[in-house]
Amino acid sequence: MRRVYSAPGDRIETRRPVTVSRYRGFTRVNHWLAAACTIVLLLSGLAFFSPPLFFLTALFGGGATTRWLHPVIGIVLFFSFLVLFIQLWRLNLPRREDVEWARKTGDVLAGHGKNLPELGKFNAGQKTMFWGMAGLIVALSVSGVMIWEQQIPLWRDHAPVLASIPARRIAVAVHASAAFLMIMLFILHVYAAIWTRGTIRAMTRGTVTGGWAFRHHRKWLRELAGRQGAGPAE
Amino acid sequence: MTNSWTDIKNTDLVVIMGGNAAEAHPCGFKWVTEAKHHRGAKLIVVDPRFNRSASVADYYAPIRPGSDIAFLMGVIRWCIENDRVQWDYVRNYTNVSHLVREDFGWADGMFTGYDAEKRSYDQTSWEYQIGEDGFVLTDETLEHPRSVWQLLKQHVEVYTPEFVENTCGTPKDRFLKICEMIGETSAPDKAMTSMYALGWTQHSKGAQNIRGMAMLQLLLGNIGIAGGGMNALRGHSNIQGLTDVGLMSNLVPGYLAMPRETEADFTTYMSTRGNKPLRPNQMSYWQNYGKFMVSFLKALWGDKATAGNGWGYDWLPKLDIVQYDAMRMFDMMKNGKVNTYFFQGFNALLSFPNRAKMTEAFSKLKLMVVMDPLATETASFWENHGIYNDVDSASIQTEVLELPTTCFAEDEGATVNSGRWLQWHWAGATPPGEAKSDVWIMSQIYLRVKKLYEEEGGTAPEPILNLSWDYENPEEPMPSELARELNGRALETLYDPADPTKVVLEAGQQLSGFGQMRDDGSTMGACWIYAGCWTEAGNMMARRDNSDPSGMGIFQNWSFAWPANRRVLYNRASCDPDGRPWDPNRTLIEWNGEKWAGADVPDIAVTAKPREVGPFIMNPEGTGRFFSRRLMRDGPFPTHMEPFESPMANPLNPEMRGNPVARVFADDLEKMATSAEFPFVATSYRLTEHFHFWTKHNRVNSVTQPEFFVEISKELAAEKGITKGTRVRVWSARGEIWAKAVVTKRIQPLICDGKPVHIIGIPIHWGFKGAARKGFGSNTLGPFVGDANIETPEFKAYLVNIELVEGNA
Amino acid sequence: MTERARQPVTAAANPPVSPLDSNLLPSDVVQASAISNTPMPDRLLDSVAKLIDVSKCIGCKACQSACIEWNDTYPEIEENVGVYENPHDLTPDMFTLMRFSEYENPESGDLEWLIRKDGCMHCADPGCLKACPAPGAIVQYSNGIVDFISDNCIGCGYCVTGCPFNIPRISRTAQVSKKCTLCSDRVAVGQGPACAKACPTQAITFGTKESQIALADERIADLKSRGYENAGLYDPQGVGGTHVMYVLHHADQPSLYSGLPDDPRISPVVAGWKGPAKTAGLAMIGLAVAGSVLHGIFAKPNAVSEEEEREAEDLVGDSRKEV
Repeated sequence: MRRVYSAPGDRIETRRPVTVSRYRGFTRVNHWLAAACTIVLLLSGLAFFSPPLFFLTALFGGGATTRWLHPVIGIVLFFSFLVLFIQLWRLNLPRREDVEWARKTGDVLAGHGKNLPELGKFNAGQKTMFWGMAGLIVALSVSGVMIWEQQIPLWRDHAPVLASIPARRIAVAVHASAAFLMIMLFILHVYAAIWTRGTIRAMTRGTVTGGWAFRHHRKWLRELAGRQGAGPAE
Repeated sequence: MTNSWTDIKNTDLVVIMGGNAAEAHPCGFKWVTEAKHHRGAKLIVVDPRFNRSASVADYYAPIRPGSDIAFLMGVIRWCIENDRVQWDYVRNYTNVSHLVREDFGWADGMFTGYDAEKRSYDQTSWEYQIGEDGFVLTDETLEHPRSVWQLLKQHVEVYTPEFVENTCGTPKDRFLKICEMIGETSAPDKAMTSMYALGWTQHSKGAQNIRGMAMLQLLLGNIGIAGGGMNALRGHSNIQGLTDVGLMSNLVPGYLAMPRETEADFTTYMSTRGNKPLRPNQMSYWQNYGKFMVSFLKALWGDKATAGNGWGYDWLPKLDIVQYDAMRMFDMMKNGKVNTYFFQGFNALLSFPNRAKMTEAFSKLKLMVVMDPLATETASFWENHGIYNDVDSASIQTEVLELPTTCFAEDEGATVNSGRWLQWHWAGATPPGEAKSDVWIMSQIYLRVKKLYEEEGGTAPEPILNLSWDYENPEEPMPSELARELNGRALETLYDPADPTKVVLEAGQQLSGFGQMRDDGSTMGACWIYAGCWTEAGNMMARRDNSDPSGMGIFQNWSFAWPANRRVLYNRASCDPDGRPWDPNRTLIEWNGEKWAGADVPDIAVTAKPREVGPFIMNPEGTGRFFSRRLMRDGPFPTHMEPFESPMANPLNPEMRGNPVARVFADDLEKMATSAEFPFVATSYRLTEHFHFWTKHNRVNSVTQPEFFVEISKELAAEKGITKGTRVRVWSARGEIWAKAVVTKRIQPLICDGKPVHIIGIPIHWGFKGAARKGFGSNTLGPFVGDANIETPEFKAYLVNIELVEGNA
Repeated sequence: MTERARQPVTAAANPPVSPLDSNLLPSDVVQASAISNTPMPDRLLDSVAKLIDVSKCIGCKACQSACIEWNDTYPEIEENVGVYENPHDLTPDMFTLMRFSEYENPESGDLEWLIRKDGCMHCADPGCLKACPAPGAIVQYSNGIVDFISDNCIGCGYCVTGCPFNIPRISRTAQVSKKCTLCSDRVAVGQGPACAKACPTQAITFGTKESQIALADERIADLKSRGYENAGLYDPQGVGGTHVMYVLHHADQPSLYSGLPDDPRISPVVAGWKGPAKTAGLAMIGLAVAGSVLHGIFAKPNAVSEEEEREAEDLVGDSRKEV
């Protein structure tokens, strides 16, 4: 049975009660790496974003250290997220049910699960999060390297357009705007994980309860159940 | 300079031609800025390149290198034709009325008396008509056909605006505009100053370029006045001092002559000097020559110089030829006739023309001694530096001794600036390493040679053994002692000749001026023009009072200006014949009914009555000269001569090459190029960022101008496929150099004789030593030919070719 | 206690021979980067200005040399790339630079070699200071000098984007931003900037802004008398005026002078993101956090019910059954 709604490694681990393996160890480690990077970037970036928050540089050993640390961590995040992206992009492609789900965001918030369509591994919110993060990380990376002062000679030699001051001004604005959006997404992401009880364990233990899968990603659960039913019994 | 740097602020019009004051004299150029800002003065720049001076000029015109005489004669012609002449000045203060011998003439660009074999003129005919009374015949109407005025008019007739345009490449409208601007200063209350430098001297007819402007300034009445004059911008802080103290093979200090072989004794030597006046009442100040010479000889030999031995005249060297100028010495060196040479503050490998010839010459020396504060290329001429000094070190056997010396900032003494100011300075730093002062080194050599003479004897010991050497520390005389000696002192009690009971100076007292010098051995003074620099009142050169009560930049109590602390030479000419200033707003001196007085020291006997004594007191005529008699080897009037290497024939005489009496040696003349093979005109110059070959040793200067380049027009660049920053090869009949190309609108091709002439600008500052990148100078390419009078090499106009080269070498 | 230095009069004034206390104090700062509430100083220094008279400038680079010497910098010995500008641009070790441009005046037909001394303009409204995220890295004194305080600088380069004149350069070794200080250390002891002191033609002068404007007026009158009808003062109001001003022959076309901005102002892009947008952004972030917290407290959590767990078991079971 071909996987449509699930990723390799997703499987039903126990049946009574049901627990479902949602993220493999590697993915979880990588996710937390990305998360850690994001937090560092967020704190250090906010320090540069707004003078009242400059004190945050103290967390990293002062302004100058923060200044070099930020882009380096940015690169780590870029590659970390790149791996996540490669793993997850296919399951984050929009599907017809996403439209309906999105239209019924009110029901989602109100907890009227019954009205919602059955979903695969990710709902439209998560997909938006995914593509938003991907897009913003690209934007932040590109604009970030353009304003990475220590690399400017490189751009001046190889891509003078990037090194021009007007371009850098735009890059700074893009970087700030993208960072703002990223922060908003980040808040949403974190809060959604907290508000949607039972979610966080997917990224800690790697598993979710069957009920959680049933409630939020029933197609995914069905697919796994179907695949494992067809496979060797336990 | 006839005037001073600070006087330039008094001018109405600055003409920079044959120089680039903003570039090469930026600190002095401040006074041009002052004149522009506070007097509304205008600035004209005439130069082959639109240079830094031109960048702040009111009007610019281009000129082909080496055609300045045509331009200047053209301006004189225009001024005469349009009556832009200060007649009162010209009639009274110049020799226009003097009659010239009937046999003098000028035709085909040459004066009478040329001997092609000897490459010199028989100057007999270049003289005034002398009456029976011994005075020059004159015609005050100026109508006499042999009057200097009529001869001058005839002489400049050929230099029409069309001739100028065709010869100089200066567009006619620009030339005429400049004539008009210059012509305005013929008004008695208008002044024009001429600022020139090596752009005029470094030609085979350099002295005549300067003569041309001096004549123009006489015509306009601009000599001797505030804001006027002929102002030679000396290219080195003390080069004025160098000539003053006679560091030329044909001079002794104070512009006195080194004796010739034919002048066997002092009486013979003096018989042709001490000029008698050529007009009644004239001061003819050289009548005092004997006083200056005897005082000089007394300074040299002290008690050993007596009337009986002609004051030691015999011990002076005697020249067997006119002079041993540097070019002749290097030519002799090349021919194996020199075995030892001292380079004292002289980087000849980079400063004299035809570097290959210099290297060849140095290689023939047994011993080269280099006294310099820096590691010079000359001292390392034997080192191979790839293309930058491509010599076969193994084949050079010359022994080189480098004696590190102090530099100007590490010792005490006076430097003489362009305005003839002797400014005392004090050591600002301790010399590094084993550097010693030049005085110490020379003293040590002297004392050792003297010891050898004493112990072993030898040929002609007198000059060494009799030398007066009376210093507190004979090992290293103090600058103050030497300065006092240059000033001179009374050796016996001096009495006033008019009143023998009156003591002028006690024995041993410092002279207060050269007027106190005697020819009876009772005074000594090593350089008469410096008399007054260190008097009984102390060191006048160390004065630092910058008050200027007249507001005219005279600064009488700042340092000391030779002669006699006079700031503007010929300042008698700043007043009309009755002694009233031409311009009451710019009074230097005036006749107060009894004597001459004013802010400056009068350049005339203070009691000399107006209308009796002419203002040019050094000249036996008492006047300034349009016709210079026999004083210049290449003619009494400037005549257009092409450079030796020129893109066009001399329109006055197509057969004539260069200056027919210039300093040139047969084998060098043979190697001169033609425009067939070398179609482009090269000219050399300085850049503000550097000083000669010194500052390339300094990081800051090297930052501001790091690498050797040549400048060419966009047109020539396009023709040769050269773009900015590419590497080019420039070569002449004598050598080749590689440089970066600066392609600029500031150099334009000029149309001369109907053809475009492209100019290549070559700065001089790079070598193979120091902090800056290795490079070349102009001298690798320049021709080994010098000016007819002062032997300055013709660096400002010669022929080269250019091509684009790929890669780095 | 030594004597307090007087305020500078001109650059030509000779230095004092006895030690003096600085007269440019931290308390004279009126504006500092990333610090919003700079205390109002208890005194106001005279507003100073450096006037660069382009019509007197001969491009000799004495100012550059003096700048290197005084600031003790160590610029590279570069190569010649076919121009007179050396170094070829401002660098962290070269705070000022002569820029040369060859202009053929279409009206007179004359060539003009326009030479301009480039360097920090010391704007009244400094874009660098506005853009700088590091508190106190860029300060403005009450006399108008905008100074970089390297100890506070983090080397981020935001000042580069903030500057309308393309002046600051980041040192690759010290990782701090560098530019002309208007010789604040000299001004502090009553001296003018080193460049003005060294300028042989007094094309660079220094004094109170008032005196320099008066001098400029004199110069402009002179230039107009020489036919430069558009001669004028460059004191661009788009940045609130500057404490380095130019006298230009062609004040109507500043860009002729190697790209001097015709109408410099802080880029709206920079002004935008450093201004209200930033506050709004922060506010929205704050709201988002607060909203989440409130939602978390008051709204029902999206929890899985027991029933759903059973349904899941069923579903898993069903699928087996089906097989």
